[in-house]
This record gives sequence, structure tokens and C-alpha cells, in this order.
Amino acid sequence: MKLKLAFTGLAAICLFVGAGMALSPASIAQNAQGGTKPDGKTLKPAASFQSITNQQQRSVALFQEAGKVIQHPRCVNCHPATDRPLQGATMHPHQPPVFRGDGGMGMPGMQCTTCHSPQNTPVVGQADTIKSIPGNPAWHLAPIEMAWVGKSLGQICQQIKDPARNGGKSMDQIVEHMAHDELVGWGWDPGAGREPVPGTQAEFGELIKAWVDTGAACPAS
Amino acid sequence: MVSFTLNGQQKEFDGDPDTPLLWVIRDAEKLTGTKYGCGVAQCGACTVHLDGMPRRSCVTPISMVDGSEVITVEGVSGKEADAVKTAWAGLDVPQCGYCQSGQVMSAVALLQMVPKPTDADIDGAMAGNICRCATYHRIRAAIHNAANSMEG
Repeated sequence: MKLKLAFTGLAAICLFVGAGMALSPASIAQNAQGGTKPDGKTLKPAASFQSITNQQQRSVALFQEAGKVIQHPRCVNCHPATDRPLQGATMHPHQPPVFRGDGGMGMPGMQCTTCHSPQNTPVVGQADTIKSIPGNPAWHLAPIEMAWVGKSLGQICQQIKDPARNGGKSMDQIVEHMAHDELVGWGWDPGAGREPVPGTQAEFGELIKAWVDTGAACPAS
Repeated sequence: MVSFTLNGQQKEFDGDPDTPLLWVIRDAEKLTGTKYGCGVAQCGACTVHLDGMPRRSCVTPISMVDGSEVITVEGVSGKEADAVKTAWAGLDVPQCGYCQSGQVMSAVALLQMVPKPTDADIDGAMAGNICRCATYHRIRAAIHNAANSMEG
């Protein structure tokens, strides 16, 4: 409860890179032709983009696939464009009203840790729509320069590459952050009553690494 | 077995580790000043101090409290608590009173962190404590009065 983690990364909740990790059989939906189809719950593997021969186009396509995670409410809700986080699949303003405060940890007397624990916490209350309070040891908002709300995927892409807006990270550090940051990983384990981001953190990390390896090209919009 | 201090007294709890701290306080320790309001950290009625910081006890598994210090409205003390008590009585802040335990605990914590809070500081700290009697203006005024009383 005394965690006051410095925000050291391209913040918040969603990115990862790992190499050579096998895909879960359940992570790919098979269609009748034996191919894959998007279902909102899976990510296409990075290797499947090899068929795009133009490297820049392949890089853009990889980031667009990763964007299924990046632009998910689980991630965007804590990259607000104001000092108030969003909440839920509908991305409504956080209730109760809470505000950024120092380090994105909340206001004095009403910090994130007033309600959020180091782990997701099931509740036994009477609200059918609230199954758990989300939690993580590093729970906090992304810095304002990392705001994603209201931005296109292309704009977010440029933002992620900009050291002035990504916590001073190199691209290798971006890959590492996406791959291993614990709070990023929360997106795949958001607690009861909350939809996780698509795929796995390993698959997502592979997409980000492949995107960087192909020149980190950004979508036009 | 979970060990913790409650208002300065050593306590142990050997029930379900997922039991909310609120129910340990109320049912096991029979301290009923801390109230159940919503059960989902939306109203603030169950606010206590956990290791000196305000915390919603309804969403705090007792397992998380092991080795910690818990203070409830029955045990809160110090100059900020004294100032809040005097200011609350002076302005007749409570109406039905149900939320007031949580309000007091949040107000004391705020004053411990920000001795001379602005209206914005008060809004930031108290926004999670709902009062169905809408005594918010009195709460804000009482916090200012408490802060002023500590200056001398």
C-alpha cells in the first residue's frame, strides 16, 4: 500500500513483447477454410504478416493489429486526455470522481490506493454490474503527455515513438516495456466482470517487436 | 492467520482471508462506527485509515491487512481529529449521520496531509464520500474551520 512507483514508461495498461512464444490453441479462431478471422478476442500472430512483402506496409499492418490492444478501453481508460480517468467498456468518467494528482497516483486523501489494491479484488456488494475492483501494485494514470483518448491510432503510434511523449524511451525500451511491464500486463488479467484485451501479452509483444524490426511505420490515420 | 493492530490494539483473524476488513471491524471486533454503504467503494461510508492512509474497508480483503495498522472512527486521534470533531459539532454537520464516520475519516486524513486545504483540495479528497443529506457545504466549511483552528 505504500507503493509510489515512479512512472518509468510508456504508461499504462497494455503492451508487451516476447519472442518465440507459442500461440495458445484458443487464441486463434479458425474459420471453415482453416484461416483465421477477427473475433475481437484474438490477435493475429506476427509471423502471419510475412506475406506482406512491402516492409513499410507490413510494419503498418503489424501496428494496426497491435492497435486492437492499444485502443481497447482497458488501456485507453487510464490514458485520459484530462486529469480524470475513464471507466468501463463505455469509457465513462470514473466514479467516484478521482483526479490525477502527483505522479498519476490520485489526490491527497483520495489516492488510487484508497480503493485499488495490489491485485484485482472480487466484491460481495449488491451491484450486479460490479464484480471486482481492479488492482495492480503499480496502479496509476499514464502521464498527460501519454494521453490517448481522442487520438487516432496513427497519432498514438507517433506518440509512442516520440521520446518527449513516451517517457524518454528508445524503441528497444518500448519493446521491453510492452513485453514486461506489469501494469501493461494487467490488460490481459483485468478481474471479474471486465473484458480483457485481445490475445495474450506474449502475442502482443511479438507484434510490437516485429513492428519495431520493420521500421516502426505508423498508420496514416 | 492475519495479524494487525486495530486502534492500537493487537488483533488476529483466522477466518476466510477474503473477508472484507469492514466485516472484521464490525462483526468480529464489534466496532460499528464504520458503516456499510455500497460494498463496492462507491460511497465512502466504510472509510478507515490503513497505515495512515484512507482506505475503503469494504473492498479490502483482510489478508491485505496483515502486519498493518488500522484506525477507525472510534480510535482516530491527534490534533487533526480533535479539530475535526470540534468543527463538526460547531456546524452541526451531520444530519442523518450515516455517512459521517467516513466523512470524518477522510477529512482527518486530508488535514494530516494538507494542513490548510483549498476548496479544490477538499473536493479532490472528499469526492468519494457521498452524503445523501447533501451536507457538503457544511462539510467543506467544517474542514476549513478545522484547518483554521489548528493554525494557532
